[in-house]
Amino acid sequence: MMDLLNILLSESFWAASLRIATPLIFGVLGALICERAGVLNLGIEGIFVVGAMCGWMAVWLGAGLWGGVIVAALAGAFFGLLHAILTVPLGLSQHVSGLGITLFATSVSYFTYRTALPNVSSPPRIEPFQALDIPVLSDLPFLGPVLFQQTALTWLALLMVALVWYVMNRSALGVALKAVGDNPDSVDAQGLSVYALRIWAIVAGSALMALGGAFLTMSAFDAFFFGMVNGRGWVCIALVIFASWRPGKALLGALLFGAFDALQVRLQTEMGALVPGQVFLMAPYILSIIALVIAARSADYPRALLTPWFKGQR
Amino acid sequence: MIRIEPRENTSRAFALGVPVLAALVALLLAAIPLLAAGANPITAYGEMIKGVFGSVFAVSEMLTRATPLIFTGLAAALAFRAKLWNIGAEGQLYLGAMAAVAVGSGWLDISGLLLVPLIVVIGAAAGAAGMVAPTYLKVRFGADEVVTTLLLNFIILIFLQMMLEGPLQDPMSLGWPQSAPILDQGVLPPLMDRMRVHSGLILALVLAGIAQFMLLRSVWGFKLRAVGENAAAARHAGINVKRSLFGVAAISGGLAGLAGVSEVAGLKGYLTADLSPGFGYTGIVVAMLAGLSPVGVVIAALFIASVFVGADSMSRAMGVSSFLADLVVSMSLLCVLVGGFLSKYRILRTAKAEATS
Amino acid sequence: MTDQTVLKLNGLSKRFGPVVANDDVSLTLGRGEVLALLGENGAGKTTLMNMLFGHYLPDAGTVEVADPGGTLHPLPLGHPQAALAAGVGMVHQHFALAENINALDNITLGSEPLLSLRRDRRAAERKIKDIMARSGLTAPQDVPVGRLSVGERQRVEILKALYRDARILVLDEPTAVLTPQEADTLFANIKTMTAEGLSVIFISHKLREVLAFSDRIAVLRHGRKVGEMATSEADEGTIARLMVGADTPKVAREAATPGAPVLTLQNVSVAGRSKRDTLQGVTLTVHAHEILGIAGISGNGQSGLANLISGLAVPTAGMIRVDETEIARPSAATMVAAGIGRIPEDRHHEGIVGAMSVAENMVIERLGDPDIQSRGLLRRDAIQANAEGLAQAYDVRGPGVGAAARLLSGGNIQKLILARVFERAPRLILANQPTRGLDMGAAAEVGRRLLEARGRGAGVVLISEDLDEILGLADRIMVIRDGALVEAGTMDRAKIGLMMAGEPA
Repeated sequence: MMDLLNILLSESFWAASLRIATPLIFGVLGALICERAGVLNLGIEGIFVVGAMCGWMAVWLGAGLWGGVIVAALAGAFFGLLHAILTVPLGLSQHVSGLGITLFATSVSYFTYRTALPNVSSPPRIEPFQALDIPVLSDLPFLGPVLFQQTALTWLALLMVALVWYVMNRSALGVALKAVGDNPDSVDAQGLSVYALRIWAIVAGSALMALGGAFLTMSAFDAFFFGMVNGRGWVCIALVIFASWRPGKALLGALLFGAFDALQVRLQTEMGALVPGQVFLMAPYILSIIALVIAARSADYPRALLTPWFKGQR
Repeated sequence: MIRIEPRENTSRAFALGVPVLAALVALLLAAIPLLAAGANPITAYGEMIKGVFGSVFAVSEMLTRATPLIFTGLAAALAFRAKLWNIGAEGQLYLGAMAAVAVGSGWLDISGLLLVPLIVVIGAAAGAAGMVAPTYLKVRFGADEVVTTLLLNFIILIFLQMMLEGPLQDPMSLGWPQSAPILDQGVLPPLMDRMRVHSGLILALVLAGIAQFMLLRSVWGFKLRAVGENAAAARHAGINVKRSLFGVAAISGGLAGLAGVSEVAGLKGYLTADLSPGFGYTGIVVAMLAGLSPVGVVIAALFIASVFVGADSMSRAMGVSSFLADLVVSMSLLCVLVGGFLSKYRILRTAKAEATS
Repeated sequence: MTDQTVLKLNGLSKRFGPVVANDDVSLTLGRGEVLALLGENGAGKTTLMNMLFGHYLPDAGTVEVADPGGTLHPLPLGHPQAALAAGVGMVHQHFALAENINALDNITLGSEPLLSLRRDRRAAERKIKDIMARSGLTAPQDVPVGRLSVGERQRVEILKALYRDARILVLDEPTAVLTPQEADTLFANIKTMTAEGLSVIFISHKLREVLAFSDRIAVLRHGRKVGEMATSEADEGTIARLMVGADTPKVAREAATPGAPVLTLQNVSVAGRSKRDTLQGVTLTVHAHEILGIAGISGNGQSGLANLISGLAVPTAGMIRVDETEIARPSAATMVAAGIGRIPEDRHHEGIVGAMSVAENMVIERLGDPDIQSRGLLRRDAIQANAEGLAQAYDVRGPGVGAAARLLSGGNIQKLILARVFERAPRLILANQPTRGLDMGAAAEVGRRLLEARGRGAGVVLISEDLDEILGLADRIMVIRDGALVEAGTMDRAKIGLMMAGEPA
């Protein structure tokens, strides 16, 4: 029991929680934007992979870290656009298209990586984002190490939470996005384009998802591995339901998940002798399912989610 | 300006032609990555064809590869027919495989006449449980089965590693995470001497036939189709929708479990954590290419297996990454989606004058 | 009303595949005028207005709209934005409102630049207040529209158009969801607005309100304009003949004496998800040889009552008896087995499985019957023969019984459902909005079949939001409001209308 308390009070635990939460924050926000506009994006898992691979490769080719971030976002946006074309004007099954995008984006990434680096045994490393060392603030007790020794991408993620919150709750664009996910006819009748709103929402959401992937290769690690995304995208799809499509709760959900993941790593070292390590590895996924089960009943799904809309058919 | 209009009637030939066309387009599109990798596409296609049809061994390899895909393709096709999104065939496959080695690798040393059916039944039951559970969460709590089955895949894979380092580990494996081999009498017999193709294929084909018959000719299949096409109308008509969902969940999960049984007991002999290179996910592509028809699944599985085996052999000959196969598979899924759209709708170009007015 | 023309439709035509929705329709509208566009379901009224509003692109024809100065300009077609800008506002039958945002957001949606990060809510609030004051239309502005009543939502819809400075307002079946009294208020508001110069087109198939509230009437039939006259010169008979093309078929109705009770509900409650499917202590009895009409404003528990009798809802309290037998655990299957035939409200969504064949849809309620299956396998020849017989007897027309049911027209889908229900000679028939969306011929056929069943000795529960339909068919009327049922005890239109609105008659 004391051990648990020690863990929960340690700076490193909370710093790790925020670090682990970062890619999820990007992913949940991206999924949130897509679903608010009425389109489920199961391409998320593949878009994470593409973001991770493209970001890393751009840096490896000399584009610079921020260049890598931009390349990752553009790559995510591209696959998002593909999903958008299939599901919005063509109105095809969002489930199948999303899974198709995941398979396609993953295989494009793997193929490109293998073709660029045919015979490497250990993946080449890049110099990743370093912790932003802000003078005074970083030296604050507790908060300093937790908040002010994160990399710039974590800060970008937090900034995005604020930005998405502002757009959703305070801007005309947010009103239109919520409306198009609830009843596309309401948007169409007012002379706005349902297609344009949905397509741009998916493109923007997918770009954010890709940043989640980029964080993995450019901040959490310093290289690209096969299978490194490991279900993080799917976790985001569960978390967005848990968050009832609200940016603030999305941040909370991602942080809770990060904290739990950080906790399991630490418990594993503490109790490794008693319980097989895999029990702890499984925990985050089980937690996601539990969160989903708890939230599902009361979830206030965007009413038009999964329903295609065609112009002139009402 | 373009306009989309539903077609009055989709001709049968068109509906059947779409998947074939989609597959061809995907193969043609593969020329782009081939060129990017510096390979001559024509030569590469040649190598692929040789790799699949060049010898009896090659064909046997292709059939071996197609076997698990028929199982997982059927699993996806039947579930999707009921609009039950089972994306968890990968996990269910491993559940089946674990059950198979748990029962078949020495725990029960009985005659093959008993052991083989036992392995098959227990494996299918394990897979079925893997889909019934998320279906329960869906029916009882409204938890989306897409997300739960996807997450279960990861949970089951970690559970598998735990088992392979624990209770299921072969004491003779020197610490390697692998199970003890299936007893000799529990192995699904090979179909040809010195070839890897095994009787799991026969089981897969028989089940595909049964599935096709039951889907179209039985009351069970009628209800399943009604539930999938319009659950509200099915409920109104007095069909027990939940029972139909649980039924198809068990069958779908069971079929995916059989993919694992067949790979372990028919091909590998023992279980490792890399038994399936994503057969569960590829099964979804197979089902979609098949238009969710069980007989179509067999044909689609043969095609996809050819792509994998052909790409492997081409990769060895020309040094192009074998991820090319995954590319073709994913592209054929996207192509068949678009093709399905074109078979249902017409895209009309509206006159320019009107559009720009 | 002045002579100034604000809108001209010139020879509009529109085809959907082989179907001619509109054929060379021309109309004019004067400033401050109320034009009623009258026609049966499927006559092309809504299509015509959707072309005016830019939702559909006409195959031929032009539209001219006057600017505020009174000069006519051609309207670019196929662009809702252009129609909005020209001052044309449309209120659809199915409200185009997002329920997760408030009225103010719904009203201002699309009138602000999307990419600017700041919004001027103050100015918007002021403008809406001003419009509400002038028109008499009020609705709460700051709660999600999902929590507003139907009448309030309709007012939000009209406010939306007025906020965009609409000078021409198109109302598609505006009274379908209102009580007679609410409808009167709406028309009074319209009068206030037309006095200020607004011009109104309202689409309807209710002769009564058209004659009472319009200045001029245009009648459409089969997509063509078949007549146009000043309301002062019109009478019900002439218009009805124009609409249908012949005298309206009157359903012959013979007197009948109610027999033994076939359905009894005693203090039955249903806990629904919303007001529309909640019932509170409902008691009713339907006898053999009796049609019981359930009148009420949409969303007052009709769905709850229908779900209960269909076996889709499980009561939380009370008792259900069919004939003498108590139904302990109601389900759709037990209700069918007990001899209840159900005609669902939403025939596309609940009535048929569109992707399955007509023949399959005809047997979907009796999959257990030995003449349909043996040992779990379908008897396909029997199913085919059954379908051919029923299609003949009930005049179900379409591409054949092997074709997908969704290819049938609305009227033929309803005939399919009638065939499925009536062939089993049910003891009790639940008909929920059985004629909604049908043309007069098909609607008359439904009425004839219901009366025929009554003559045979069945009991009928007829739920309808069309009071005229209930008055025409029912032997006895109950009114549903807030999930509770009361005996009307009268056939008086006005009294029942007051009861529907919850006021003492």
